[in-house]
Amino acid sequence: MNRFARIWDSDVAWSFRHSPVAMAAAFMALLIVLAAALAPLIAPYDPFNPATLNLMDGFTPPMEPNMISGNVYWLGTDNQGRDIFSTILYGARISIFVGFSAVVFAMVLGIGLGLTAGWRGGWVDSALMRIADIQLSFPSILIALLIFGIARGLIPPSMREDLAIWVLIVSIGLADWVQFARVVRGATLVEKNKEYIQAARVIGVRPVRMVLGHILPNVMGPVLVIATISLALAIIAEATLSFLGVGVPPTQPSLGTLIRIGQGFLFSGEWWILLFPSITLLALALSVNLLGDWLRDALNPKLR
Amino acid sequence: MIAYILRRLFQSIVVMLVVGLVSFSLFRYVGDPVATMMGQEASVADRAELRERLGLDDPFFVQFANYLGRAASGNFGISYRLQQPVMELILSRLPATLELAFVSGILAFVVGVSFGVYTALNRSGMLSSSIMTLSLIGVSLPTFLIGILLIWLFAVELRWLPSFGRGETVRLGYWTTGFLTPSGRASLILPAITLGLYQMTLIMRLVRAEMLEVLRSDYIKFARARGLSNRAIHFGHALKNTMVPVVTIAGLQLGSIIAFAIITETVFQWPGVGALFINSVQFVDIPVMAAYLMLIALIFVVINLVVDLLYYAIDPRLRIEQSGARH
Amino acid sequence: MTEPVLSVRNLIVEFPTRRGVLRAIDDLSFDIAPGEVLGVVGESGAGKSLTGAAIIGLLEPPGRVAGGEIRLAGERIDNLSPERMRTIRGKRIGMIFQDPLTSLNPLYRIGDQLTETILTHEPISARAARDKALRLLEEVGIPAAETRLSAYPHQFSGGMRQRVVIALALAVDPQLVIADEPTTALDVSVQAQIIALLKRICADRGASVMLITHDMGVIAETADRVCVLYAGRLAEIGPVRDVVKRPQHPYASGLMAAIPSLAGDPDEKLAQIPGSMPRLGAIPRGCAFNPRCGYAFDRCRTERPDAYPAGASQAACFLHDAASALPPEVAGRAAEAGIQVARVPAEARP
Repeated sequence: MNRFARIWDSDVAWSFRHSPVAMAAAFMALLIVLAAALAPLIAPYDPFNPATLNLMDGFTPPMEPNMISGNVYWLGTDNQGRDIFSTILYGARISIFVGFSAVVFAMVLGIGLGLTAGWRGGWVDSALMRIADIQLSFPSILIALLIFGIARGLIPPSMREDLAIWVLIVSIGLADWVQFARVVRGATLVEKNKEYIQAARVIGVRPVRMVLGHILPNVMGPVLVIATISLALAIIAEATLSFLGVGVPPTQPSLGTLIRIGQGFLFSGEWWILLFPSITLLALALSVNLLGDWLRDALNPKLR
Repeated sequence: MIAYILRRLFQSIVVMLVVGLVSFSLFRYVGDPVATMMGQEASVADRAELRERLGLDDPFFVQFANYLGRAASGNFGISYRLQQPVMELILSRLPATLELAFVSGILAFVVGVSFGVYTALNRSGMLSSSIMTLSLIGVSLPTFLIGILLIWLFAVELRWLPSFGRGETVRLGYWTTGFLTPSGRASLILPAITLGLYQMTLIMRLVRAEMLEVLRSDYIKFARARGLSNRAIHFGHALKNTMVPVVTIAGLQLGSIIAFAIITETVFQWPGVGALFINSVQFVDIPVMAAYLMLIALIFVVINLVVDLLYYAIDPRLRIEQSGARH
Repeated sequence: MTEPVLSVRNLIVEFPTRRGVLRAIDDLSFDIAPGEVLGVVGESGAGKSLTGAAIIGLLEPPGRVAGGEIRLAGERIDNLSPERMRTIRGKRIGMIFQDPLTSLNPLYRIGDQLTETILTHEPISARAARDKALRLLEEVGIPAAETRLSAYPHQFSGGMRQRVVIALALAVDPQLVIADEPTTALDVSVQAQIIALLKRICADRGASVMLITHDMGVIAETADRVCVLYAGRLAEIGPVRDVVKRPQHPYASGLMAAIPSLAGDPDEKLAQIPGSMPRLGAIPRGCAFNPRCGYAFDRCRTERPDAYPAGASQAACFLHDAASALPPEVAGRAAEAGIQVARVPAEARP
């Protein structure tokens, strides 16, 4: 951890202070995440409570009073009279939750398998890495779709709605563990042969402690970079699956679902139903991506 | 050379067997084929009879072998949802996907390589920085949003191009093509750009990174020290060396275009296999999912093989290895 | 006196970094006469390779020539346009790099790389260029040159590849060849062959050589004169016998004392210079060598020495400046070590 703290103090912090792009991206990401986390406090309406919905308020353009009720909505309403601003806050909440959980799942799985493969070596290593190779040659969105499809087939239809979000998280996570595993495995192989590990082995330090205490801290930099970039990819993957209509259930719309709904009104002129969720998704994905890009450069000065 | 090809071929077969196993497990264990085929009211005896007829009581390996045998002859069963033979469904939709993927692939490769070379050679230029920034936005932009954006701009606002479908198609034997009619060609433009954009940015970034790496290498430094022209260095030496890794990775990327077509086909209601697959996932139509999986795997394996052979053709270090002419 | 082939005057090379501008070469001057072999020695990081890169105009950005002049046969070349400079590279100045394994493009045949170079600089037919390439390969001692023309670099051994590199660098008879550690990456057994080849082929063509190396054995055998660099500055320059046998700069003296001698007593300990060369950002005030120098006195810590005549050589050291108020004890020790101090103060005389 000492080494990590030192890097943090010098170059990374310096690079952050001197990168307006990184600061802007961090600000944007933080803003969206905070707004989404605090959605129940910030949102002016609860878009999923049928009691507060008024179909009369449907299709209200942004900042204009509704023709019948006279209500004004910042970003307008959709066909069912739901406040777009509120649905975006709640939608982002689900998108971020799914994306974040999927990355954590992928990270834990990837680190675990990577450490196992690197440490154990032999057939465990070759088997895991073959699987990783095969999986890596297919786009992760396809893998996620496939896992999602299989999981749906295994789950009784009555429970599909309730479990959909968890199935989604597992699908995206399973499609994304390979990057983590590869980096961790590589670092483990390098560290394993260093003298201090050999010495620790000789004096009988338990492998688990050695792996967690010595090897893991050494790979935290690259893992952090991959995790950030994966977060952007996972958010996009969730949005894509929901847009395709196979992701979250319609009762819990994420940003992707909102865009799917909005696309239906592209030709009829209600542009705001589509535009605002799209911008939110783009801002979220872009800011996380920029952060990941910056982080990779900052932790890897020789790439510049 | 022969040994090399045989080894690659063997690896490909192993991959196909693994995918076949996944596909078979899907088919056999996810969902109950008997229940799906007979409906709720069938008697126990009827079910047992069907199980017997379908070979569902045979040992695992016999079933697996039978499945592979049928798959090899193109028999993937009947779609639960559409009640049509799966192979027929896929074949009727494959030309649409392949034509789309082909045009996108060419687009992604040509534009990606040219932009990559340009940005590597003019690192600090205005145009280079704008291309790089745009490419980052391109990577962050989900494919479906790009599609919607293009539809909004060119179909809704400007009304230049159609927003969905394939336009008029012409039948040539088993193949239906959109290349031969004006509406078919116009319909292809927006989906092809949508599908190709992501791969294009990836190829561009890859070419740029590889080329910068090559430009830093000793042999480029030595080529400069010999006074070769920039043209000879950049487009002769550097580009050729850049293309070795690029062909490998770009080739695999182009393969994944067919899988990415799922999204584009949904946005543009393109009647291809991707849209078919999405519907089968929604309705848990296992035979179609299993067949699609095998099809994609087959395409990937073939592309992998071709890329390997291409790699072999480009890089003399691999080619002459066994002639053993080392001094 | 004939005009030097290469004349470097007050050369300054800088690297702007985010922690300030680093001066990698500081006020360096030297000449190379026609047909002469000048050895350039110094520790890694002393600026040897950078000097070569600056002369041939291939400094890696952000490095740049920030001052001084470089003249090739009287013509100033440090301020030429990139396109003009390109016509000088290869044609009038040839360069050989350290690692023959990576100097050749692995995807091109040897013959193609040779003819490409020849055709870039000479208006001859492809046929004639091929014949010339063949003669070059024979000249550098590649057996079966005819068939080897169509071979790829990976089919050659390291020594053979360096021969090809020499053929490439000398393809169009340059006046000056800069050889940057040409043998460091090679087996010891082939190093001598390559050096002999380089020396012979340059002598045949009357080309001057700037031989950058840290191998004093190679210098002693090959060079006419030698130039010792320390922290990007000139320490001493002079005829090779003088610098090797009677070094006049305390650093050069330390460097020579650190060479093991076959004739010497095998049990004798090699002398070593205490400390290490300063990093570029942390070069001390005054003489760059003063913290490590056994003879340093007050003036060395405040002023930077010019190059003063010192025997047959020139040394950038105040021991050789008559104007120095040399402490008698220092002068005495220096004289004992064979350094010809400028003026031994009266009190120190026996």
